[in-house]
Amino acid sequence: MIAVEGIHVTFGRGTPLEKQALRGVELAIPEGQFVTVIGSNGAGKSTVLGALAGDVPVERGRIVIDGADVTRWPAPKRAGLVARVFQDPMAGSCAGLTIEENMALAAARGRRRGLGPALGFGRRARFRERIAELGLGLEDRLQDRMGLLSGGQRQAVSLLMATLAGSKILLLDEHTAALDPGTAGFVLELTRRIVRENRLTALMVTHSMRQALDFGERTVMLHEGRVVLDVAGGERSGLDVPDLLALFARRRGGEDVTDDSLLIG
Amino acid sequence: MTDIALFGAVEIGLVYALVALGVYLSFRVLDFPDLTVDGSFPLGAVVAATMIVSGGNPWLASLAAALAGAAAGLVTATLNVRFRILHLLASILTMIALFSVNLRVMGRPNVAILMQDTVLTPFYGLGVPDHIVRPLLVLAVVVLVVALLAWLLSSEFGLAMRASGINPRMARAQGVDTDRHIYTGMALSNGLCGLAGALFAQTNGFADVTTGVGTIVVGLAAVIVGETVLPARRLVLALAACVVGSILYRLAVQFALSADAIGLQASDLNLVTAVLVAVALILPRLRLKGAVR
Repeated sequence: MIAVEGIHVTFGRGTPLEKQALRGVELAIPEGQFVTVIGSNGAGKSTVLGALAGDVPVERGRIVIDGADVTRWPAPKRAGLVARVFQDPMAGSCAGLTIEENMALAAARGRRRGLGPALGFGRRARFRERIAELGLGLEDRLQDRMGLLSGGQRQAVSLLMATLAGSKILLLDEHTAALDPGTAGFVLELTRRIVRENRLTALMVTHSMRQALDFGERTVMLHEGRVVLDVAGGERSGLDVPDLLALFARRRGGEDVTDDSLLIG
Repeated sequence: MTDIALFGAVEIGLVYALVALGVYLSFRVLDFPDLTVDGSFPLGAVVAATMIVSGGNPWLASLAAALAGAAAGLVTATLNVRFRILHLLASILTMIALFSVNLRVMGRPNVAILMQDTVLTPFYGLGVPDHIVRPLLVLAVVVLVVALLAWLLSSEFGLAMRASGINPRMARAQGVDTDRHIYTGMALSNGLCGLAGALFAQTNGFADVTTGVGTIVVGLAAVIVGETVLPARRLVLALAACVVGSILYRLAVQFALSADAIGLQASDLNLVTAVLVAVALILPRLRLKGAVR
């Protein structure tokens, strides 16, 4: 489904701030797998997602999605294959548009947008039905502006929007990091449900090792632009957070992990 | 204020309503502060006048004016999108260049179109006084444009354009080619300004390269006055507010200039405009502050 083959990404090449964000990341994700991605700040988690979505240009290596080499595709062209939910609840939707308009935007992802009415053809009824699934009572607020919703509600709607166009891949970039713990829990459960019901292939970046182990069926750890740990199945189900830290330390060559940012950030 | 002055103000307000709609597209929909209009408005006037004076069909001349305006918008959009020049600067470059282009097109600083047929000619002599025919015809054009814009902006394509202006990152993630929408929106915006210029030349009987000075401020004033008087969320009403704002603005200016007691004269127009826009921009902010305290 997704094949990331030795991708390299450098930010600010040739400037004093040059930073090698990815140094040969290899990752093969079969269809329907839910992968969690962890790593300390600057490990390249978000960059991997950005590269998959087409926001971050790749210098070397290849990205193949669904059999198509998309390495050089710009973000809008990839949107038909890949849906995203951002960390910032404000980033993933248009505050100035209504809920139904945001949904209409997402529903047209990956196809030509014509001059027909964006909310015609029974779409309103369909959106109403879909948003009722969230159980947030938003079905009666379709004509409210998105900006009126709370951060958690916006993330929930963003998740729903990700499923409207029928793309099979979902990229989640710390999408609960800006929420309070209760709301984050709700959005995470919703994520689990949506991924399962739509049989999505998902990549979830998280800063929490707990979440990384509790959700999905495979965990990948990045460090300094490389994959340093990749566990799934039985090996993963027996792991707890301290084990994960120990494993990480071993893969890194025996140094102790004193890096607080790994635990916190 | 006399009847003729009143209808004159409404007429000019309606002509500039097209500019206001264009400015609404660039400033509000695309979030692209565009000063090209100071050049595309006179460009429309100049192109239409030149074609009409040389015996061209006035409808075709108006269409050509709109297309010329659209081309100017595309130049600004290209400078910004393709060559990454700051939007404000890109539009100023086009605006400055257009001044020379306009002089070249006409071959002189101004042209009178008093004897030639204009789009208004067929409607004169139908029993309605001339000073009422003019605003009526412009009104018809404005209503048509508002209807078309409302349809466009509520379509899938238009929704994508609005998203490009509000949250480009999200729009791109939803598969919207934001660059394409900047090109289209800017062409449309300046096309409307070109059309406004063409109508201005025909209702006033002349084209002058200096008529463009301050067009952007007038257009912005109309948009802001409209938003203040008619704060609407529905798209059609928001567009109608631009038209209402443009007419109200002209009536206010006409009133200020014709009230002898204030002692203003025609040459004070730009000062009055600038003060009006500044006040309209400052007022909502003051009100907001008051509400917070």
